[in-house]
Amino acid sequence: MTMTETSRNPTGTTDHGGGRAGRGDKVVATTAHTALTIWSLIVILPMLWTVLSSFKTSEEIHSSPFSLPKHWNFQNYVNAWTTAGIGDYFLNSIIVVAGALIVTMTLGSMCAYVLARFPFPGSRIIYYLMLAGLTFPIFLAIVPLFFLLQQMGLLNTLPGLIFTYAAFALPFTVFFLFSFFKALPSTIAEAAAIDGAGEWRTFFQVMLPMARPGLATVLILNFVGLWNQFLLPIALNSDESNYVLTQGMAKFASQAGYSVDFGALFAAVVITVVPVLIVYMIFQRQLQGSVSQGTSK
Amino acid sequence: MTALGTGVAPGSTKPARTRRRPGKKLTFDKVSFFLVFLGVPVVFYLAFVVSPFVQAVYYSLTDWSGFSPEMNFVGISNYRTLLGDGTFMKSVGNSITLVIVLPVVTIVLSLVLASFVTVGGSSHGRIKGLRNSSFYRVISFFPYVVPAIIIGIMWQQIYDPSAGLLNGVLTRLGFQQFSSFPWLGDERTAMVATMFVIVWGFVGFYMVLFVAGIKGIPAELYEAARIDGAGRFRTMTRITIPMIRDNIQTAYIYMGILSLDAFVYMVAMNPGGGPNNSTLVMAQQLFSTAFTQGKFGLACAMGVVLAAITLTFAGLVFVVNWLTGGHEDITE
Repeated sequence: MTMTETSRNPTGTTDHGGGRAGRGDKVVATTAHTALTIWSLIVILPMLWTVLSSFKTSEEIHSSPFSLPKHWNFQNYVNAWTTAGIGDYFLNSIIVVAGALIVTMTLGSMCAYVLARFPFPGSRIIYYLMLAGLTFPIFLAIVPLFFLLQQMGLLNTLPGLIFTYAAFALPFTVFFLFSFFKALPSTIAEAAAIDGAGEWRTFFQVMLPMARPGLATVLILNFVGLWNQFLLPIALNSDESNYVLTQGMAKFASQAGYSVDFGALFAAVVITVVPVLIVYMIFQRQLQGSVSQGTSK
Repeated sequence: MTALGTGVAPGSTKPARTRRRPGKKLTFDKVSFFLVFLGVPVVFYLAFVVSPFVQAVYYSLTDWSGFSPEMNFVGISNYRTLLGDGTFMKSVGNSITLVIVLPVVTIVLSLVLASFVTVGGSSHGRIKGLRNSSFYRVISFFPYVVPAIIIGIMWQQIYDPSAGLLNGVLTRLGFQQFSSFPWLGDERTAMVATMFVIVWGFVGFYMVLFVAGIKGIPAELYEAARIDGAGRFRTMTRITIPMIRDNIQTAYIYMGILSLDAFVYMVAMNPGGGPNNSTLVMAQQLFSTAFTQGKFGLACAMGVVLAAITLTFAGLVFVVNWLTGGHEDITE
């Protein structure tokens, strides 16, 4: 807004004149850095405060939000781990998410491949059905889904969660991989066919390896989405020994409200976030790449 | 559903055969390939996704209570009940407030931050992004990977009237009136406070999305604009925004669908619907109607209303985008 000043001069001729970078630029850069710093602080301070609080006793938490803990010990973490059963929930989450990813990636890549490379009458209908699945709220399906799983004997079981997770991740998977398979050169598949490779071999030995970057992108996005899934487990899984992490945390939080072990609550939050943080630090570049790819298709 | 699954597969082999190798016989390889590759995913999808959606529409016309086998067809009486249900109508209003406010705020904020990152650099020489900006991106993107329920729990503690971080900061800054202000417990602030948390969780995500979009714009366009004497603000409104229009539309729809859900956040921060139901959303009403009250027919009707609002919203976004010139090519 104030920054238009310098650039209004016809500076087109000074394309290489970095040395003449005017006051306006500095103002802009400072404004930009300030705004971005403020937002970063808004993001990071709540998290640091949570970590700090996780070391405090409940009395310390109530006395002041800023006070440092007298003793830096891990008692809260021990309590959270043992009383909240986070270890078990964690394991369940891993089983469910891994299982669902295997199912949805397998089925999704197969379906997307056929839809993208062998158009037939009716393939558009399937494609639009997938699009509808992306737009309709899961809430509409949740009641019939409950009774479907009950009839199949899968209600309150991990396989039941795996199948529903996979099914609701399928439309996005197909959608994304569809455009990916479509973009792969068809000459290679034809060459494979001439060399005598059947459709099965062409897919598994030629096309799938070529689609690896696309598969990685979908895998990452699906992982984040499914790991955070909340509605499906709380509606379809009421057996506490099968709780996944998100629902276990919700239960623990609502209980902590009564027993007032806030220290353990903060510790439980940190325990759940730290593994995510580590994975994020390692993969953040790929993840950000995936997001921009996954949503621009 | 099996009928549809198998009905589709044989049809699929024909064009493929003619397209790829005319006259070649249907081999076992081909038939099994299409049966498995198309049949299995489609049947799976129909069973777990499409059929529940369709069933829900049917159940919404019945008085089904779920556990009894009896089910009477009651026509649209469930929908009439909903119209007369003040609590439900309130939740509809709240959901609509969310879908109006959240996408706009989130997208404007993330667009501003994204443009700071990408064009905040020097206005001379090559078009440059801001220095050290990846640091900001890494930090602000992080909430996206934290489970929403955790975000909700965290912020519930931050908003805590006496021991929370927010009131702690405000009192330190001298605003004594906030020393025990219940952000989530006061009807005037509960909704705004909740909306802030959702925005907080998603701004970084959309910022990354927009940064990628802006970086995909050819640099010549910016250089041409600069030579023509366009300032930063004009460049933003005349080049950047039109060029990443599709990204913005996608973001708008994603964020809208998410706002109409908002279930997790509400459950974490205000499980009871907030003071005077000021943060009650449709999804919560649906969930408790179904799984605590056992009124499954009525709950399905709520689901249909929610779906109708979602589709209307998505349709509106498309129409508005088209009417405001989304169909024109700006490079003309």
